[in-house]
Amino acid sequence: MKVLITISGKNIAPRFDLVTEVLVANIDQEKKTATRVRTILLPRPSAEELCSLILKENISTVICGGIEDTYYKYLSWKNVKIIDSVIGPFTEALRHIQNNSLASWAILTGAATETESL
Amino acid sequence: MSKSQKKILPLPKDVFLSQLDFSSFIDSFPQGVLLLDSRRKVITANRIFESFTGYTREAILGTQGEHVLRSSFTDDGNIIQKTIDGDETVTIEGNIINRNRKKIPIRFTISPVSLESGQVSGVAIFLEDISLLKDLDEKIHGFPGKDKILGHSQKMQEIFELLPIVARTDATLLILGETGTGKDLIAEAIHKASARSRHPFVKVNCGALPESLLESELFGHVRGAFTGANYDKPGMFRLAHGGTIFLTEIGDLPLPLQVKLLTVLDDKEFFPVGGSKKIKVDVRIITATHRNLRELVKHNRFREDLYYRLNVLRLQLPSLREREDDFRLLLDHFLREFAAGLNKNITGFSAETIEKLASYPFPGNVRELRNIVEYAVNICQGGSIEPDHLPDTVMSMTPGTPHPRPPESNMTEHGNIERTEIAPVPPRDAHHSPPPNGWEEMEKRMILEALARTRGRRNEAAKLLGWGRSTLWRKIKRYDLN
Repeated sequence: MKVLITISGKNIAPRFDLVTEVLVANIDQEKKTATRVRTILLPRPSAEELCSLILKENISTVICGGIEDTYYKYLSWKNVKIIDSVIGPFTEALRHIQNNSLASWAILTGAATETESL
Repeated sequence: MSKSQKKILPLPKDVFLSQLDFSSFIDSFPQGVLLLDSRRKVITANRIFESFTGYTREAILGTQGEHVLRSSFTDDGNIIQKTIDGDETVTIEGNIINRNRKKIPIRFTISPVSLESGQVSGVAIFLEDISLLKDLDEKIHGFPGKDKILGHSQKMQEIFELLPIVARTDATLLILGETGTGKDLIAEAIHKASARSRHPFVKVNCGALPESLLESELFGHVRGAFTGANYDKPGMFRLAHGGTIFLTEIGDLPLPLQVKLLTVLDDKEFFPVGGSKKIKVDVRIITATHRNLRELVKHNRFREDLYYRLNVLRLQLPSLREREDDFRLLLDHFLREFAAGLNKNITGFSAETIEKLASYPFPGNVRELRNIVEYAVNICQGGSIEPDHLPDTVMSMTPGTPHPRPPESNMTEHGNIERTEIAPVPPRDAHHSPPPNGWEEMEKRMILEALARTRGRRNEAAKLLGWGRSTLWRKIKRYDLN
């Protein structure tokens, strides 16, 4: 399973449309492993361009913060699973996704203790 | 106590000393409020903030503020930190992604919270939804929110005058109408025109969730109420506090929840799932359904007492078939909208296309009409929509199916789009006939009108209706119009 996480520093970025950095990882939920593929720096924040990237990269699951309904529906229509409104460190999100225990609106451990990322 | 007596200005200190009191205090604010400490971590938030974002204050306690806000300015410039460091109130306009995944314009006021020593101990962020400001002109000159609702038929204009009256009261409102007639738009427009417009408008589809989930969705649950309930959930009624809750597809509400809803209507309070403490809410309830509630009551699928409780005010939205004057107006409006969106230079519909569309019954009403136009605009490569560009559902319609024909006027002119809509159910003692209920009633009325116009001559009536004589005879028999 190829997962894309919108990131801001060590955390999941609060907004899908304003993100300039994403992390792509391969998740094996059977072996419960996550392989970090790469981090991509985007030339500018753009929800449309990010959607194109997600489809081009054959991403099956997107983990993000707030996302507009238009993009949520579009990606869902393209069979991309969206886990949105997630708050916390992306490493925690990866740990949860490999255990198949991540859901939308999750506030992950470390969201409160993580040092400021801005 | 003795500590606070020594202070010259003890109130803020007292307020901050008691978390519970402070939460209640900020709940009374008309804006969303988020309180952060000096490291921008959440101390608390108020109810309006909860309804903006969907996060409860308990769940976000200690979380990084900008991650909860999901605002347009959190990722660049770090304005919150600058406010803390600079000790000056900042007002900035931006937007947030709300819990419904909608981007809403917000005016943020970020104020430092200082200790008596002058040291800044945190920051208070006030969020004001300024999307309403856009409706200000409408508020002054007309009914806000109606810009999304098109139409100018006589019936609509008469009814449209009732909307501000319905908006002024807090009485429970039941909106009836077929699918695609604009029940949601009307409900939102009424909320926007009401005194509750500064508070949330929360929509819940009662037909979309199974009973157990719906109860939790509506009334919330407490932590541990059931497996997976890891934290308190406020529920839509609590999120709509001060505003309006719109329960759509109320006819699909399971019977056990109907009892609970009845209690909320009567007492304005309820128990969350698994909770032992009653929650009191101040919410206006608007409901809608495409079902015949009276029939559901007859078949014991809807509680009669709830039916009467919901039916205090009632609006019956007309189907597209009853809005013949609006047919061409809507066609042109949607054509213009989609052509502009796709950057196409399509000037209008051919006469044949109009004829084809006019004979289509539009069971999905305005929504279906909109979708058909969107499809046609996408397919069309020329300057005019031809029958070939229409979807198969329209093309496969047998000719002669009656439908109110568009007016002959030259409404291709896009200049004046007026607003519509909704027809209330007339009082029972009204002298004129009630609005037709569904296609059969409409068809029956059309047959009677045609027969009246042709003085009972069936051949001519059939011609007028575009049917064969045998079709008319069959329908007269079917509707027992002899």
